[in-house]
Amino acid sequence: MQIEFELSDDIIAAILNGELDHHSAVCARTDIDHAMEVYRAKHLVLDFSGVDFADSSGIGMIMGRYNKVKEKGGRIVLCGCSPYMRKILEMAGIFTIIAEADDRESAMRLIKERGEEDER
Amino acid sequence: MKDNAVTVEFIAIPENEKFARMVAAAFTAPFDPTVEEVTEIKTAVSEAVSNAVIHAYGASGKGLIRMELWSSEKGTVTIVVEDYGIGIEDITAARAPLFTTAAVEERSGMGFAIMESFMDKVVVESEKDKGTRVTLIKTLDLSCGL
Repeated sequence: MQIEFELSDDIIAAILNGELDHHSAVCARTDIDHAMEVYRAKHLVLDFSGVDFADSSGIGMIMGRYNKVKEKGGRIVLCGCSPYMRKILEMAGIFTIIAEADDRESAMRLIKERGEEDER
Repeated sequence: MKDNAVTVEFIAIPENEKFARMVAAAFTAPFDPTVEEVTEIKTAVSEAVSNAVIHAYGASGKGLIRMELWSSEKGTVTIVVEDYGIGIEDITAARAPLFTTAAVEERSGMGFAIMESFMDKVVVESEKDKGTRVTLIKTLDLSCGL
């Protein structure tokens, strides 16, 4: 699993590439938490468009990040889920608590818009 | 397709989860399954093997995982994932969605729910300190492309 990061203000996007299983999820969560800390990011976009395999480890990894980000008052948006990955995430009810966007740009925009709404 | 059988044994480390998935995919390849069928089998195998890697031998010990794959000419694939570890105390509880004993490690407790959703049949047998055996059965649609 390879992860690239993209920073925009206080939003960090983690672009995941490869297979997301128990083995790689452990590394992914460490890398993402580390990057959020180093760049002092508040909000997180998880881009799964480069993920070609995912099992239930993905659910745990997303929930773990959701809890961490929420703790600091941040928001999290997912994007790039394949229909197959969406099926797995739906089983765990992920989309009832976490928003999904079509692509990374929309995900970033969604976080910014919600921030403006909150400030009003 | 004639009946076929393959057995592999590997140590219970996370690195071998991918290996197990690839074996399952390679084993079913002669049936020319759909991408969806292969993905579902790979995911179910990944869940079963991850469970064994995480739970069977506790934090310290490393043990073996044995994977047996069978296929019949009718396209029924049976995959047995077996370990010789601590066993599952309450199988009914373990199979319930969101049940996990590894929440700290961010495990979702959705493994068995996913296996059940993606396979036709899932059988779990376990004995304390003897081990656990998960049997995954799926019949492939051989009419595809005809």
